[in-house]
Amino acid sequence: MKNVIYTITSNEKLTENVFKMVLSGDTSAVTASGQFINIQLAGHYLRRPISIFDCNDNELSIIYKVVGVGTEQMSKMKAGEQLDCLVGLGNGFDLSVSGDKPVVIGGGVGVPPMFYLAKKLIAEGKSVTAILGFNKADEIFCKEDFEAIGAKVIVATADGSVGVKGFVTDALKDVDYTYFYTCGPEPMLKAVYNNSSTSGQLSFEERMGCGFGACMGCSCKTKYGNKRICKDGPVLVKEEIIW
Amino acid sequence: MVNTKVNLSGLVLDNPVIPASGTFGFGYEFAELYDINILGSFSFKGTTKDPRFGNPTPRIAECYSGMINSVGLQNPGVDKVISEELPKLKKCFNKPVVANISGFSLDEYVYTCEKIDKEEQVGIIEVNISCPNVHGGGMSFGTSAESAADVTKAVKSVTTKPVYIKLSPNVTDIVSIAKACEEAGADGISMINTLMGMRIDLKTKKPVVANKSGGYSGPAIFPVAVSMVYKVYEAVNIPIIGMGGISTAENVIEMMLAGATAIEVGAANLIDPFACKKIIENLPVAMAKYGINDLNDIIGGAH
Ligand SMILES: Cc1cc2nc3c(=O)[nH]c(=O)nc-3n(C[C@H](O)[C@H](O)[C@H](O)COP(=O)(O)OP(=O)(O)OC[C@H]3O[C@@H](n4cnc5c(N)ncnc54)[C@H](O)[C@@H]3O)c2cc1C
Ligand SMILES: Cc1cc2nc3c(=O)[nH]c(=O)nc-3n(C[C@H](O)[C@H](O)[C@H](O)COP(=O)(O)O)c2cc1C
Ligand code: FES
Repeated sequence: MKNVIYTITSNEKLTENVFKMVLSGDTSAVTASGQFINIQLAGHYLRRPISIFDCNDNELSIIYKVVGVGTEQMSKMKAGEQLDCLVGLGNGFDLSVSGDKPVVIGGGVGVPPMFYLAKKLIAEGKSVTAILGFNKADEIFCKEDFEAIGAKVIVATADGSVGVKGFVTDALKDVDYTYFYTCGPEPMLKAVYNNSSTSGQLSFEERMGCGFGACMGCSCKTKYGNKRICKDGPVLVKEEIIW
Repeated sequence: MVNTKVNLSGLVLDNPVIPASGTFGFGYEFAELYDINILGSFSFKGTTKDPRFGNPTPRIAECYSGMINSVGLQNPGVDKVISEELPKLKKCFNKPVVANISGFSLDEYVYTCEKIDKEEQVGIIEVNISCPNVHGGGMSFGTSAESAADVTKAVKSVTTKPVYIKLSPNVTDIVSIAKACEEAGADGISMINTLMGMRIDLKTKKPVVANKSGGYSGPAIFPVAVSMVYKVYEAVNIPIIGMGGISTAENVIEMMLAGATAIEVGAANLIDPFACKKIIENLPVAMAKYGINDLNDIIGGAH
C-alpha cells in the first residue's frame, strides 16, 4: 500500500451516470488486477473505495457510477485537480489457476475490474470470454475496450435491448470455459456461484472504515475463517464462500 | 530541544501519542508503512476471553466529520492474541504496549487480565468498560459507578501492572464514575470511548449499520472529549489518557491542557494511515509555535 497524490488527466462521462477518470502518478503499489484504491474527497470523512479499471507504469484509471454525495463530487472534478489515494489495496485476482479459456463476468460497475484482469490474462496467452451485464442499451460501457484487447465479448441486457436477453448467467450457459472471475452486485455473484460449472473467484463489496485491514469494519465469515474484504479480499474463491 | 517525554504510572513514553484500540489492529498494517517504534506506545485491539466475530455487516457509517462503527469487539480471543498476535507484534514494536481488554462478566475480565498480565511486553492494562456496541455487554459496567468500581477491583486483584479504566461518554455523570474507579484502585483513566450514534439511509429508510446503532468517533467528538477530560482532571489525582477526535499536534496540546498526560488517536488512523507519524513529527513544531518547552508543563494547564 502507498499513499499517492494523483493528478486527474481526464474525467469523462461514459453513460448517464457512469464516469471514467484517468489519474497520473506513481502506480508501483498496484500488484494485481482486482485491487482497488481508496479516494479521499474534500468534505467527506471516509475515503471511497473504487476498483482499478486499467493501470500502467504512470497512469491508473477508474470507472465509477454516481450513487451518492462522494461519487457526485468526483463527477464534477476537472483535469489538473489532485486526488489523495491509498493505492494497492486488496488481494486481487489470482491468474495462475485460470486454465486456457477463462470467462470474466461483470455486472454494472462490476465490469471495470474485469478489464484489467482480462488484459492480463490475454497478455499471458489465454483465450478470454467477457460477459458484460447491464440493464439496458444506454447503460452499456466499455464493450469496445474489451474488444480492442481481443476478448470475445458477450453483452447481456435485462430488457433484451442488446445481446442476450436476461442476466449474465443466461449468457454463461453457452460458454465453454475453464475457470470464472466475476464482480458485480451480490445477487449476481450468487447467481454466478450457483450456475457455474467450474471453480472461480468472486469480488465482493462492503462498507469500509479504513480499506487496509486495520479496523475490522468489513469482516465476513468464510469456510477458511474470518476475512476482511478490504485486505484478505475483495476477491474470494468459490470454495470458501458462505452466503 | 523540546521535551515530549511523559510518564504514565512509571512508564516513560518518548511522546504522548498512542494509537487507540481498534484502529491500529495489532500494528502490522502500519509497520509496512513506517517504523512504528516512533510511537509513544500503542493500544491493541480490544481483547476478550473468547474469540468473537463481532456484529453483522455493514458495520461502518460515514458522519459529518467522523464515523460510526459497530465492529462489536471482533478479536481472536486472549489465548490466540498471546500465542499469535503478540509474538508478531514484538517483531515490529519494541516498546511496552497498552493491552486493551473487555469482558461480558467480571469473571471474563479477570480471566483475560490474568493472562495478559503475564505478557512481558504489556506495560499498561486498559480496561474497556464502555464499548457501546455489544448487546448486554461492556455498556452495563461503564454506566454505573458501582459496576465500574467492581470491574476495577476485580482486575486490580489479578495484576500488578498499571490498570487504566476506559470510560464511556454515554453516561449522565462521568466524573462520579471516574472517582469510583480511582477509589477502587485504578492507576489511571482512559477517556473517552465512542458516543452512541446512528445514521439512517434515505434510500432504504433503514439504519445504515446492521446493528442499527454504533459508536461515533472522529473530529466531531473532540470538543466533547476535551470537556469531559477537563472535568475528570479536576476530580481525580490519577493520570488521564485523553482521546476522542484527535487528528493534529494542536489537538494533542489542547487535550493535554485539559488534563491528559498522554493521548490516543483513533479514527484518524483509518482515513490517514500516517496520522500518528504526522502528529509526532509536528508536535515539536506546534510546541515551539505556542512557546512550550516541556509537555509536562502543560498537563492540566487550562485549569
Ligand atoms: C472494493 C470495492 C470496489 C469498488 N469498485 C467500484 C468501482 O469500480 N466503480 C464504482 O462505481 N463503484 C465501486 N465500488 C462502490 C463504491 O465504493 C461506492 O459506490 C461509493 O463508495 C459510493 O460513495 P458515495 O459517496 O457516492 O455514496 P454515499 O452513499 O453517499 O456514501 C456514503 C458512505 O457509504 C459508502 N458506500 C456507499 N455505497 C457503497 C458500496 N457499494 N460499497 C462500499 N461502500 C459504499 C461510501 O464509501 C461512504 O463511506 C466499490 C466498492 C468496493 C468496496
Ligand atoms: C473501528 C473502531 C474500533 C474500535 N474498537 C475499540 C476496542 O476494541 N476497544 C476500545 O476500548 N475502544 C475501541 N474503539 C474506540 C477508540 O479506541 C476510541 O476510544 C474512540 O474511537 C475515540 O477516539 P477517536 O475519535 O480518535 O476515534 C474503536 C473505535 C473505532 C473507530
Ligand atoms: S475496512 Fe478496515 S479492516 Fe477492512
